[in-house]
Amino acid sequence: MVLLPRLSLLLTILSVFGTLCRANSSGSSSSTATESETATTNTSTTLTTLPIVTWKWHHIETPYLVALWVLVCWLCKLVVQLNTRLKSFFPESGLLIICGFILGGIVWGADKAQTFKLTPRNFFYFLLPQIILDTGYFMPNKLFFSNLGAILVHAVIGTVWNAGAVGVSLWGCWLGGAMGDLNIGLLQFLLFGSLLAAVDPVAVIAVFEEVHVNEVLFIWVFGESLLNDGVTVVLYNVFDAFVSLGGEKINAGEIIKGIVSFFVVSFGGSAIGVIFAIIISLLTKYTGKVQIIEAGFIFVLGYLSYLTAEMLSLSAILSVTFCGVCCQKYVNANMDEKSVTAVRYAMKVFANGSETMIFVFLGVTAIDSVIWVWNTGFICLTILFAIIYRFIGVFTLTWFLNQYRLVPIEVIDQLVMSYGGLRGAVAYGLAASLDETRIPEKNLIISTTLIVVYFTVVIQGLTMKPIVKWLKVKRVEPTDLKLIEKVNNRACEHVLAAMEDIAGRIGDNWWTRGWKRFEDTYITWFLMKPEARKNRDYLFSIFHKLNMEDAVNYVTEGEKRGSLGFLRSGEGTNVDFEKKHGMEFSGVIRNPVPSVSLDIHEQDMKSMSEDFNAHHLLQQNLYRSRKNYSRSDFTINQSEDEVQEIFQRTMRNRLESFKSAKMGVTPVKKITNFMLLFSVGGIENPAFMPEMDTPPPPWLTEAETNTGVAPSQRAQRQLPWSPTNLRRLAPLRLSNRSTDSFVMADVAAAPDSSDESPKEPSEEERDGQRDGTHM
Amino acid sequence: MGSTSSTLSKIPNADELIQETGFTSAHLARLFERFEALDKDKKGYLSPQDFEAIKELALNPICDRIIGAFFSSGQEMLDFSSFVRILAHFRPIDNNRTKEPNSPDPINSRINKLKFAFQLYDQDKDGKISRNELLQVLRAMLEKQVTEEQLESIADRTIQEADLDRDDAISFEEFRKSLEKVNIDHKMSIRFLR
Repeated sequence: MVLLPRLSLLLTILSVFGTLCRANSSGSSSSTATESETATTNTSTTLTTLPIVTWKWHHIETPYLVALWVLVCWLCKLVVQLNTRLKSFFPESGLLIICGFILGGIVWGADKAQTFKLTPRNFFYFLLPQIILDTGYFMPNKLFFSNLGAILVHAVIGTVWNAGAVGVSLWGCWLGGAMGDLNIGLLQFLLFGSLLAAVDPVAVIAVFEEVHVNEVLFIWVFGESLLNDGVTVVLYNVFDAFVSLGGEKINAGEIIKGIVSFFVVSFGGSAIGVIFAIIISLLTKYTGKVQIIEAGFIFVLGYLSYLTAEMLSLSAILSVTFCGVCCQKYVNANMDEKSVTAVRYAMKVFANGSETMIFVFLGVTAIDSVIWVWNTGFICLTILFAIIYRFIGVFTLTWFLNQYRLVPIEVIDQLVMSYGGLRGAVAYGLAASLDETRIPEKNLIISTTLIVVYFTVVIQGLTMKPIVKWLKVKRVEPTDLKLIEKVNNRACEHVLAAMEDIAGRIGDNWWTRGWKRFEDTYITWFLMKPEARKNRDYLFSIFHKLNMEDAVNYVTEGEKRGSLGFLRSGEGTNVDFEKKHGMEFSGVIRNPVPSVSLDIHEQDMKSMSEDFNAHHLLQQNLYRSRKNYSRSDFTINQSEDEVQEIFQRTMRNRLESFKSAKMGVTPVKKITNFMLLFSVGGIENPAFMPEMDTPPPPWLTEAETNTGVAPSQRAQRQLPWSPTNLRRLAPLRLSNRSTDSFVMADVAAAPDSSDESPKEPSEEERDGQRDGTHM
Repeated sequence: MGSTSSTLSKIPNADELIQETGFTSAHLARLFERFEALDKDKKGYLSPQDFEAIKELALNPICDRIIGAFFSSGQEMLDFSSFVRILAHFRPIDNNRTKEPNSPDPINSRINKLKFAFQLYDQDKDGKISRNELLQVLRAMLEKQVTEEQLESIADRTIQEADLDRDDAISFEEFRKSLEKVNIDHKMSIRFLR
């Protein structure tokens, strides 16, 4: 039944598209042919009557087509996503390419020529920059920079090796006659090798995002795909120039110039990116007054960094990558949280949209009889060599790097790395921008490139997940944020730094520390707002994040059971945790960085996927084993979530401290501990609650401000409950789960509480001042 | 820099140390030279002042605890073997070492690394990290960036996350359990000590 709406959707798209194409083709062909005519007719026609409506196609042709294509591509993505069964094993990018085939077929049928191709200009200037900006902006910086050496080795040496090896081998095979008669030479083979050698970031994102391999593996492949652009641009330009110069003019001078140009292009491109990052950070320092559009600056300046590098013939991808990488920290600190969210989502929209369009167009451009030159030998040998040399390159370089690594990369990871060397649209773009006067076999090159791209995206994408599962590659585990882990991490960093100092050697930590110190003293002073500088500490931000999560959960639960449900019922935090937190609150709060998935969609899905059920079960069982530590030694047969308990304890603390701030009543910790801990859902105590119309729970607003809350008059008058009253509630509590624990717990609590109450007044004064703000 | 063998001959119990800690003789020799360089008064042992004289170390937020870890039993003299034994904690774990059934865990095993970290927090050596001790560590690490109340909240929450028997303190078992998922080998190893 899901099938019907999907099919009808698809058919409507296709029919609309078809009619429009036909209208357009007739319109455009006639318009171009008769433009001069219509121009003259327009001027010479005298209007006899006022036209109410006119057909103004030629006015809006270009924007209309652009918008229409964007719409169609995104509708394709929608159709693909609806088909969940197919999508679970077939990579989405492959499905989009197939949609592109269908659409291309329609256009072909209407026009007998491919009027809509992926032109290199559109691709490089309008579709690629936002994807790269997105990856730079969401790059896990710490991981990236700590692996930078390895990434650079793979990006530079690996790509040069691939380019050279593929080019030379193909040339050798051509000399040997495996490809028949081709008007081609060594330089052209090298040019072809260089454009095919580069691992493509778009394809890597598209495939690896669905697979979730471990962090190090991901960042190596991904970082390589981004940084090899420097090499690709240089090699491409160098060989292109050599081809035009001709074989004879190449001497040592030219080759040296080529090598120098590599450094200039890469470092120049990165420098431009860094400059623009500085500009963006400085700008966001002062845009506090224009919060509405401060998010837009990132996009504009990011795009400008791309274009500037392109203008100077430097590596544009490197420029925009480093722009995103360097500015993310300062921009996120300077801007308002809402702007940060706006940037995040907008970035994802643009990047995903572009990615979709790229894949669809890769499909569309294939349906074109002009470009297809089939040469079996050439194509098969290309694919073969591309794969073989990729494997050889990765294994050799990784073996070399492992000598210097603390934790060596395993063979299995290396296999996945080699297999994940996907080629994509960048290769096609470079191929399409070849000059056919200089390179007569341009069509052959385009065809081969397309085939290689399809092969890697579809076949390797298809098999990547099964292979990863089969080889039991270490995957990223969904980690819950835990403060203690972060605290310990921080402490370990300090310890390691100290040990390095004591042992008198310069280790990895020396660099990190040096950079941090430099950054703290100079850069943050320069680039960050003064207020932002204060709350920068990482541990504190984790804590803040955890608090926000709790607060949102609290609110959601409260809303579900009536807005004052908490106060009305006897217990404080009767939060029903049937649904684990993560489903309820929006993905914006959860920081996508901890797991290296770069897709917000994936993040939201992650919390609802089947993995988390296993995680949930595991936690429950972990909690069960924990029961040995508990004071009560009978088995408690309710399965409580460990996290729920922490949540409740925290909430209980906050509630009590908050109430003490508002009413000057001390929370008596011991009693309420048991009470709230063993609370389960849905317990009403109608005997107790008075009617209340207090203002909305103030701890909601307290999450935003850090100031103490002055108790309002009303609140002081109406005391929802006091800790002493709670004791009365205990025997009346009815639960559908085991009550033994309640009874025993309450009995245990009762004598405690009676001891506590006389001490209350004195504690009150002391604690009242201390618990000013507890958030 | 003398040759390794001549330096090694100056070290008492060199072979024993090599066996116990797993350092190579080259490493041991280098560490001995460092020991002698730190020991400016040529006393033959190190005192806390020698450590404090290390400029970089003084800038470390938890430097006093680290120095305390070296001088654990309250003594004021640190001889070379103790120096080396503590540094041995930070050797990367060798996965290829054969495990003899009755030998104790090597110094750089995961559990010993964790114990070392634990004692950094647990200053009074009662086997538990109390709220105060945690608060002190947090205060030292977070310095002036958060207010006192926020520090206390962070400390509370940290304890709650790890504290299983709800005694408001973290025992070693709880500590170890809460860090199960963390790759301790990676976090507490120094590459050049391999």
